[in-house]
Amino acid sequence: MKTRLDEQTIALRAAREFPDGAVVNLGYGMPGLCANFIPEGRTVFFQSENGMLGYGHLAGDEEKDYEMINASDQPVTALPGMCFFDSAAAFDMIRGRHIDIVVLGAYQVSEKGDLANWGRPGRPATGMGGAMDLAVGARRGIVTMQHTTRDGKPRIVRKCTYPITARRCVGLIITDIAVIEVTPGGLILKEVAPGWTFSEVQTLTAARLTPAADLKEMEL
Amino acid sequence: MDKVISSVDEAIADIPDGAVIAIPGFFTCGVPRALLQALIRKGTKNLTLACGCGPLLGAAEEMRALVKNRQVKKVIDSYALYRSATKGMQDPFEQAVRAGEIELEVYPMGTMAEKYRAAGAGIPAFYTPTGVGSVVEETVVTNIEANRAPKETRIINGRKYILEYALKPDYAFVHALIGDREGNLRYAKTARNFNHVMATAARVTIAEVENLVEIGELDGDDVHTPGVYVHRVVKVERPRFAITID
Repeated sequence: MKTRLDEQTIALRAAREFPDGAVVNLGYGMPGLCANFIPEGRTVFFQSENGMLGYGHLAGDEEKDYEMINASDQPVTALPGMCFFDSAAAFDMIRGRHIDIVVLGAYQVSEKGDLANWGRPGRPATGMGGAMDLAVGARRGIVTMQHTTRDGKPRIVRKCTYPITARRCVGLIITDIAVIEVTPGGLILKEVAPGWTFSEVQTLTAARLTPAADLKEMEL
Repeated sequence: MDKVISSVDEAIADIPDGAVIAIPGFFTCGVPRALLQALIRKGTKNLTLACGCGPLLGAAEEMRALVKNRQVKKVIDSYALYRSATKGMQDPFEQAVRAGEIELEVYPMGTMAEKYRAAGAGIPAFYTPTGVGSVVEETVVTNIEANRAPKETRIINGRKYILEYALKPDYAFVHALIGDREGNLRYAKTARNFNHVMATAARVTIAEVENLVEIGELDGDDVHTPGVYVHRVVKVERPRFAITID
């Protein structure tokens, strides 16, 4: 069994995608961890749909403030210059294209960048939270997820079979074994986790991958 | 005008069966739990709880009681059930939704926020890009099949948008850090979330406040919700916070 990256490491890799000065929204679950891994020397402004811009890393046990929470109900820390507003204003920023990057979790991503992350077959509609607004509104969509389901089925597919969040909204997929770019010409495998090969990643992917000319191992 | 009412029970005494009540709060943050507890004591039935970002997952004890007492007819929210299927199966609310005993109507969170803002601003409906390409574009998303009304769309400047309607609740319960006797409110950090837009939308807004101050003590520049939107103010204890979701 090859080693797969843990959630912290996936979040670390995703956070490298944030350019200096970017406004970034972190979705429910694993994406929230990205706040702990901003590359040194960069300033990133994290926005949250409950009405907060410019927060810091996740709060440790002794600094938890339950009136300052992220989208995953986790307390975060304050940074100088951070501000608060109401949810209507938060979604003005989101739909109004003031958010540079959103990082979301996913059940499935299609080869065209369609995202399915809010409902599972056989369950009542639990609700999509802010995911549809974010997927439609953010300038760039990044997905962090496990490459396969718990029973080993591919999550990267030709067409999503789970309920759609938004179409053609994912630009980059970062999983526990690969970094894949979504392009008009299809999926490009950019990086593999240490020890993994192109064909091993392809075997666990239900859509066709093209190896990048500079395909490399993730630097962690 | 002094809008202070002496107790939460008195503040909600006139709410009739069948009322539509807006409940703000992002999970546990900014949820009007004292007013919800009064609603449980009063036993009002056939309620529609119009939410926005999962306050009933935060006020889990109150929701369990409301479901057990069969007080709820319908919930409108963007995120109302536990993500974990195992936890969901044990949740009385999800069981009632599965059985069709309570209707659960779902919209994207930004659409929920806009529904209240539109209602408060006298706008009957609006077009939004959110939901295009998903089931949200096709029909109202609800567990009750008969209520899955088709939605209208329109192409504006080459892009497709969905027509969504304003949502005007009969009452809004809001939770503020500070309120003065005229109903000017100030919230704490991310506890603001849906509180302000819901206050603007409802016919009657009832604010529970952790700190009740005299007129003039809350500086005009610090007011998040002007008192014109608030009809009743009641002093409550600061709620306890706990993480309950996953």
